[in-house]
Amino acid sequence: MPWFRKDRKPRRPSREKLEIPADAWEKCPECGHVDIRDKFEQALEVCPECGHHRRVAVQVYIDMLTDEGSFSELYNELQSSNPLGFEGYTDKLARALRKAGSHEAVITGSATLEGDELNLGVMDFAFMGGSMGSVVGEKIARLARRSVEERVPLVMVSRSGGARMQEGVLSLMQLAKTSVMISALKRERVPYISVLTDPTTGGVSASFAMQGDVNIAEPNAVIGFAGPRVIKQTIGQDLPKGFQTAEFLLEKGMVDMVVPRVQLRATISNLLKMMQGR
Amino acid sequence: MAFVLDFEKPLVELERQIGHLRRLTRERDLEVDSEIGPLEKKLDDLRREIYEELTPMQRVQVARHPRRPYILDYVAALFTDFIELKGDRLFRDDPAIVGGWARLEGRPVMVIGHQKGRDTKENLRRNFGMPHPEGYRKALRLMEMAARFNAPIITLIDTPGAYPGLGAEERGQAAAIARNLEVMAGLETPILAAVVGEGGSGGALALGLADRVIMLSNAVYSVISPEGCAAILWNDASQKERAAEALKLTAPDLLELGLVDEVIPEPPGGAHSDPERTIAALGEAVRRHVEELAKIGSKRLIKPRAKKYMEMGRFAER
Repeated sequence: MPWFRKDRKPRRPSREKLEIPADAWEKCPECGHVDIRDKFEQALEVCPECGHHRRVAVQVYIDMLTDEGSFSELYNELQSSNPLGFEGYTDKLARALRKAGSHEAVITGSATLEGDELNLGVMDFAFMGGSMGSVVGEKIARLARRSVEERVPLVMVSRSGGARMQEGVLSLMQLAKTSVMISALKRERVPYISVLTDPTTGGVSASFAMQGDVNIAEPNAVIGFAGPRVIKQTIGQDLPKGFQTAEFLLEKGMVDMVVPRVQLRATISNLLKMMQGR
Repeated sequence: MAFVLDFEKPLVELERQIGHLRRLTRERDLEVDSEIGPLEKKLDDLRREIYEELTPMQRVQVARHPRRPYILDYVAALFTDFIELKGDRLFRDDPAIVGGWARLEGRPVMVIGHQKGRDTKENLRRNFGMPHPEGYRKALRLMEMAARFNAPIITLIDTPGAYPGLGAEERGQAAAIARNLEVMAGLETPILAAVVGEGGSGGALALGLADRVIMLSNAVYSVISPEGCAAILWNDASQKERAAEALKLTAPDLLELGLVDEVIPEPPGGAHSDPERTIAALGEAVRRHVEELAKIGSKRLIKPRAKKYMEMGRFAER
């Protein structure tokens, strides 16, 4: 038997092939880093490699910014109707209710943080792009009014494309409505911290989200008045890299700081204590 | 050739005929009065007919009409001693917003508004009435000054919107509008806002948080332009009629929704057909509201102002 016809032994895997479910892995959309899903989850959806912050569910912020079991939801009886009879809006609402975990684009409630009382609102981008209509404005204004009446600090976590088109000028007036209550909060010297996450634009950035005593942005969040697409159309050229990011706003003086998600709780707790003389 | 809206073309044809007959009367000494009379009546009737049945998008066209009175036209006719103040003390003066001290029937007031240009050159300078953040910051500076000196604030609104450009974003367009809203909510002096042309979303509201909001009958106020709305919802800016209809952006719609306090009728052919009458009608309403508001103690304005806005919104309860 010639040497080149030597029988080959069948190859055998050195160890048993593991059955790995497809969703056990997660890939960072920014740097392409692939890691175990659990690792992303433990890091609050921040990439362990490059620090890119991904959008997370409302509940993640509620858990992050309140003491365990202390959050009690307020005003969840309010729901959007279709006040202008805007075509397609009723269906869109029904779909949003099914798809998003929340029953409106903002969840509001009272809680404690490191033992101190606070009122917390968290917007849900999954519910019609976090858009602000009558209900969102009403919930935030009521929460702010509660903060004034009880002298309890307010924290808002924003992410929204802006005012909800389908409620027309009713939506636009929610900018004014939330602003009159934030204005009262300032007059009564009750602390208000605004956390701007990805993305915060339009009517929300042009009202309560930019009115914090302290404005905190999350890393790499897109924050601005006009959306990047509209600006691109207006000026007819591409936007500079990093335009309208949290880091850009920090440099331009529009936010106080860019805080990684893992430090958000400690930063807010500490700020609120100092603003209340402790 | 004067600017003519498509739905006004039948009017222009009649006007041309009447003009022709008038010329004949003058030049050839012909007696054609008997023919002119009925034609003029027909013109009036047709104008009224057309204007009574304007679609929402047609109202948008009227609100954007280039011969519509602009803010400085109102200022010149309704106020005396106007002294324009400029600059935000931070960056530059924004000519898209004008403002200053003036007297309204002798009473010192602060008047502020968006200013569009009459021709291309002026429009470039005034950025078609679309302010940058420095414009809103100038307005805020003037409003705070007015409150310090107990002068009522009158804002006149006519803008396509806040400018969506690089510099505007860099200098904090959102923060500037947000700041105006927050401060206006707490100013201890009467604020009257009048929407006289285009009320373009946040860029309009940044001058519009007031004790009273009044509106000319063909002015529009909207959360987004009909073109923008159509582009987002149906990927087709040409569906603007459909969007204008759905957005409920006309003055009568907003009155019904409780978002404005009074609608001031324009002349039958729109504000551009008779600017003088339009300005006079607005002036009457402005004087009346300012007088009423001035009777309320300045410390007693803020709570009702907050209440007014707290009541805006429509929703259901589970």
